Amino acid sequence: MKSSLMRLLALVACLGLFAVACGGSDADDAVDAATDAVEDAVDDAMDDDEEAMEDDAVDDEEAMEDDGEEQAVDTSLDEEELEEIESDDADAGAVDSGPVAGGTLIIGSTQVPRHFNGTVQSGLATAVPGTQLNASPLLFDENFNPQPYLAESWEVADDGLSVTLNLVEGAVFHDGEAITSEDVKFSIETAQAGHPFKTMFAPVTEVLTPDDQTVIINLSQPHPAILLAMSPGLLPIIPEHIFNDGTPVAEHPRNTEDFVGSGPFRLVEYETGSVIRLEKFEDFFIPERPLLDEIIIQISPDPSTIVLGLEGGDIDLTTTLGSAANIVRVRDNNELILTAEGHEAIGPVNWLEFNLADDVLSDVRVRQAIAYAVDREFLSNVIDQGTTFPVTTGIVPASPYHNPDAEAYAANIDRAKELLAEAGYAEGELTLAVDYIPPGQQATAEYIVQALGDAGINAELNVSADFPSWAGRVAGGEHQMTVNQVWNWGDPVIGVHRTYLSSNRVGAIWTNNTGYENAEVDALFDKAGQSVDRDERIGLYAEAQAIIADEAPIHFLSTSPTWMAMNPRVQNPPVGIWGTMSPMLDVWLAE
Amino acid sequence: MLRTVAARLVQIIGLVLAVAIVNFTLLHIAPGDAAVVIAGESGSGDPEVLDEIRALYGLDKPFINQFGSYLGRVATGDFGQSYRFNEPVTSLVRDRIGATVILGTTAILFAIIVGIAVGVYTARRPESWFSHLATVLALIGFSIPVFFLGIQLIILFASVLDWLPAGRMQDLRFEGNFIQQWIDIAEHLILPAFTLGVLYLAQYSRQTRASMLETLQSDFVRTARSKGLSERTVVYKHALRNAVIPVITLAGLQLGTILSGALIVETVFDWPGLGRLAFESVQARDAPVLLGLLMLSSILVILANLATDLVYRLIDPRIRVGGSAA
Repeated sequence: MKSSLMRLLALVACLGLFAVACGGSDADDAVDAATDAVEDAVDDAMDDDEEAMEDDAVDDEEAMEDDGEEQAVDTSLDEEELEEIESDDADAGAVDSGPVAGGTLIIGSTQVPRHFNGTVQSGLATAVPGTQLNASPLLFDENFNPQPYLAESWEVADDGLSVTLNLVEGAVFHDGEAITSEDVKFSIETAQAGHPFKTMFAPVTEVLTPDDQTVIINLSQPHPAILLAMSPGLLPIIPEHIFNDGTPVAEHPRNTEDFVGSGPFRLVEYETGSVIRLEKFEDFFIPERPLLDEIIIQISPDPSTIVLGLEGGDIDLTTTLGSAANIVRVRDNNELILTAEGHEAIGPVNWLEFNLADDVLSDVRVRQAIAYAVDREFLSNVIDQGTTFPVTTGIVPASPYHNPDAEAYAANIDRAKELLAEAGYAEGELTLAVDYIPPGQQATAEYIVQALGDAGINAELNVSADFPSWAGRVAGGEHQMTVNQVWNWGDPVIGVHRTYLSSNRVGAIWTNNTGYENAEVDALFDKAGQSVDRDERIGLYAEAQAIIADEAPIHFLSTSPTWMAMNPRVQNPPVGIWGTMSPMLDVWLAE
Repeated sequence: MLRTVAARLVQIIGLVLAVAIVNFTLLHIAPGDAAVVIAGESGSGDPEVLDEIRALYGLDKPFINQFGSYLGRVATGDFGQSYRFNEPVTSLVRDRIGATVILGTTAILFAIIVGIAVGVYTARRPESWFSHLATVLALIGFSIPVFFLGIQLIILFASVLDWLPAGRMQDLRFEGNFIQQWIDIAEHLILPAFTLGVLYLAQYSRQTRASMLETLQSDFVRTARSKGLSERTVVYKHALRNAVIPVITLAGLQLGTILSGALIVETVFDWPGLGRLAFESVQARDAPVLLGLLMLSSILVILANLATDLVYRLIDPRIRVGGSAA
């Protein structure tokens, strides 16, 4: 009896399978989803790793209107898509009634945190839960302007050599202990010693605590990035009375167990690598915030699973969609909201970089020829299906320091051939290999091979088995050219300088891997990194970008926005410059 | 019997050592290391950061030192600390093994029961339409990529029909008593267990069918029939008992490889077990976790072989006799 029932079940399942796979209208999706499934997981882990969380320290007062417009122009999406993106912005799911407190927000993520202590660990994985668990001195608005958080006011000295923070009174950690200036001092010193972004607090010489509410940070040189370095994801305030016990903070057991934070949510449970449960902290120092009762972060290795969860209503929000196929799938779903808004401070740039130590590629004409041959518009619009936006320099258009006038190398195959001929290469004479970060950038790399072929260069793919293999090749300079993705971190001091400074040719990924050396560019970056005058910095960076464009050590391709997909019931979604890497104080759920 | 068990247990030690040497070396010579992955997740390739991470995990020491200290720790039952999860390997495995056991056992039982039933049926009526259909389905079941089947089933049953959950082991918003909780888990179990089971099911049904066809033509079956025994007794008591031996061999061997099958299924269905852990550890170059899982897997294979031998003895007296004679 039982076996015949099972037979029937198996039969039904298999027939259903064929109906879907062969005849159904979902056939393409199905095949896509299937072939992408395992790839996506790897791909996503890689992408988000890189994207993990670079920080920005763009000056205050940067009006972002220009950038907004520019992105709209740059997108080259068709009208329908543009409309959709616009309508999918933060207000799209707005309902008439006011905010309602309560409810559980479920976030889907591929990112596994090593722990929740952001003073010694950057990355989306740590920062999304970490910024709910810990408060920071400052928040930032959509124009990169600092806003009060634990610091109710702050002041930068005229000479730029010190910053004074005045902390809010009555703020307490999750164990009831008061949050004081000593905790802020301890957190800054911990981050200075142990955070992966060494440039954030490098110029800090000492931190003074004249009273419980006042923190004075002294600097060895003016440091324009210091305020942004006090963002939630970069400088969580951790309790000194717990972490200052002699155990190195990076290995401290309290980074995950019995977590005592300063933020709006407290840690209820962490099932390692699987589920993070956060619950509203009742004594949080901002009254009536947060609105949510609970946030659950559900970790899945495969972004396709997360998309299915979104579609089924099990997941409310995600930023780890992985592949273009998944983004398009959500975009085409009328019951979900997709937005590129938010996370502007991250600023990932996709580019093709040349190893200047290579005999052929040391010739600027060859590099320029390749730049003319590779059409970034085609890449973004066709290969990436509109999920990336073309960029022409290494500073993303959303940054106030972007130079829109640098040489763009608009696609021109004839010019590419001319330059190759000038460089002394007959058609078909050159053979070059293209590396890429597997597997996410494979389509980009395959297109580049094709495009170089059109220009008369025999190009071939150099396939690395996985991310570490690729990283090993590039760090060791074994490549000729590679597709890469490097994050801006908002302020160029943190995320941009590293790629070009001749002093940063140190044999590790995301440093100066091209071997680029230009004393003038070094000097421009050096000066811009110490100027607190925004206009001066804009001028200096514009000049540096123009020189780099002319010398073409890198052909800039596109920026990948952090696509956020959500259920329409999510109100006031986290679309700030740090997106989900900031406290979700105002997020609420409509029924 | 006891001697066999003891000999197998000694083999385990040798094998574990070999597994450790081979895998440790392979992981070591692969380009890139965990430090690159960890730094990558941090978004910083700063060499100072890389050095700090390598020093923290002892990755800066020479190969021989790393391996020596690893073996030393394993001998005391310490499989090290995961780079990625920042937690002892033993506790990671302990947290996840239950999920994999539930999934693996359900899948194998499903495959054995249905596989043998289908096999017997098709052997008895080889020309029936069901037999032909079963043969085709078995071929498909055996050759279809597991991740593809899994995703098709999710699309059909979770997305289109919305009958079953798309993934995970439990509903995150779930509230209820113990029994409701098990029902919730069971609902989540259906799709992954079916997907994992189909591969084995196809093999078992074909194996049973072939073996059954052969047995039904053997002398002792003819004798049984000529004694006037009912067809039912002949088939289920005499023939099946003999025909099922190769199936048990197969199942036993596969019990040991259940972890590798679970790797893809658990990843596709987001099942929080050892397979998913292995998948993530490969990506993260999380050597301590991988080494631990590979050892566990090889021990499972040996134990499964041992168990198979023992079951043989119970089922087939000839092996029992031959065994003691040797």
